[in-house]
Amino acid sequence: MAELRIEDIIKPENIVFKKTKLFTDKPLSYCPGCGHGVVHRLVLEVIEEMGIEAETIGIAPVGCSVLAYEFMNIDMVQAPHGRAPALATGIKRIHTEKFVFTYQGDGDLAAIGTAETIHACNRGENIAIIFINNGIYGMTGGQMAPTTLPGMQSSTSPYGRDVETMGHPMKITELVSNLPGTRFVARHAVHTPALVRKTKKAIRKAFENQKENKGLSFVEVVSNCNSGWKMSPVESNKWLAENMLPFYELGTLKDE
Amino acid sequence: MAKVRGAIVVDVERCKGCEICIGSCPTDVLRMSVDVNGKGYHYAYMENPEACTGCVNCATVCPDTVITVYRIKVPS
Ligand SMILES: Cc1ncc(C[n+]2csc(CCOP(=O)(O)OP(=O)(O)O)c2C)c(N)n1
Ligand code: SF4
Repeated sequence: MAELRIEDIIKPENIVFKKTKLFTDKPLSYCPGCGHGVVHRLVLEVIEEMGIEAETIGIAPVGCSVLAYEFMNIDMVQAPHGRAPALATGIKRIHTEKFVFTYQGDGDLAAIGTAETIHACNRGENIAIIFINNGIYGMTGGQMAPTTLPGMQSSTSPYGRDVETMGHPMKITELVSNLPGTRFVARHAVHTPALVRKTKKAIRKAFENQKENKGLSFVEVVSNCNSGWKMSPVESNKWLAENMLPFYELGTLKDE
Repeated sequence: MAKVRGAIVVDVERCKGCEICIGSCPTDVLRMSVDVNGKGYHYAYMENPEACTGCVNCATVCPDTVITVYRIKVPS
């Protein structure tokens, strides 16, 4: 048989993966290697596969993903810092037939928006919350967040987080899983292909659950912030696996 | 038995050179270019194209979705 040329493989009929059409043409504003880009893609792929792009409303947060509405070609609004679950509550209660999700960082969701997060979860709003935990405040320069690990350096804990004076890291995902209003609570990660596939399944479930109006779905994604952590992208993913995951254990915490 | 061959196309101008795809490839296909793109980033390319199986791992971990993956079955 004649030698197979690359051009024989690279043909439209042989495509097995291509960028979802729900991305706009704008290049993502994230740093090289940042997990935000992967999670954006998974959310959009799920929406595309479910065919609900015309029935979905997303809420962008404050933080690096404040411009998520620039990249996601669906209806979106942007909430003041931490207020996404409150805004999502209002939107979902008026548009009960829509799929409503928030996309929030850990500074947004677990610090400034703690009250909104907890009460939306406790009320059991029929929304999906996608929570990106990179252990710090990325956008503003890598300050300590409630999620920063003990001993972890950040720009406001340069000698490492001292739990005696700075408090303990908060596992807000465990916390909301104990509230009766949450229906599905899971923690995933996106630094390896297998974990990305699992995260996508969880995001899919969070969207599917909204059809049944049985409560809030909460999906945490443990992610990197290589700029804030001052590492290369590859090093940051290794650091994440070795340091973040023993503390933030992956898996489904609640599925009712 | 049919063998599987794959290939990828990298959107060179959108690659940010993070290198995460390199370690995700089970058959060691990818390397970073010596050249840089318009933004000054080295970009991923197929150094060993004949080893690509089109498994989609690289595109799965790419934060900027710059990789399109192709796959065919070749009768052996
Ligand atoms: C009420 C309020 N306080 C502070 C800020 C400043 N601010 C903007 S982004 C940000 C941190 C966001 O961090 P995080 O939610 O972890 O997202 P990341 O950037 O890491 O993705 C802060 C404190 C603000 N915009 N509004
Ligand atoms: S600062 Fe951190 S969280 Fe923000 S885009 Fe860069 S890597 Fe991502």
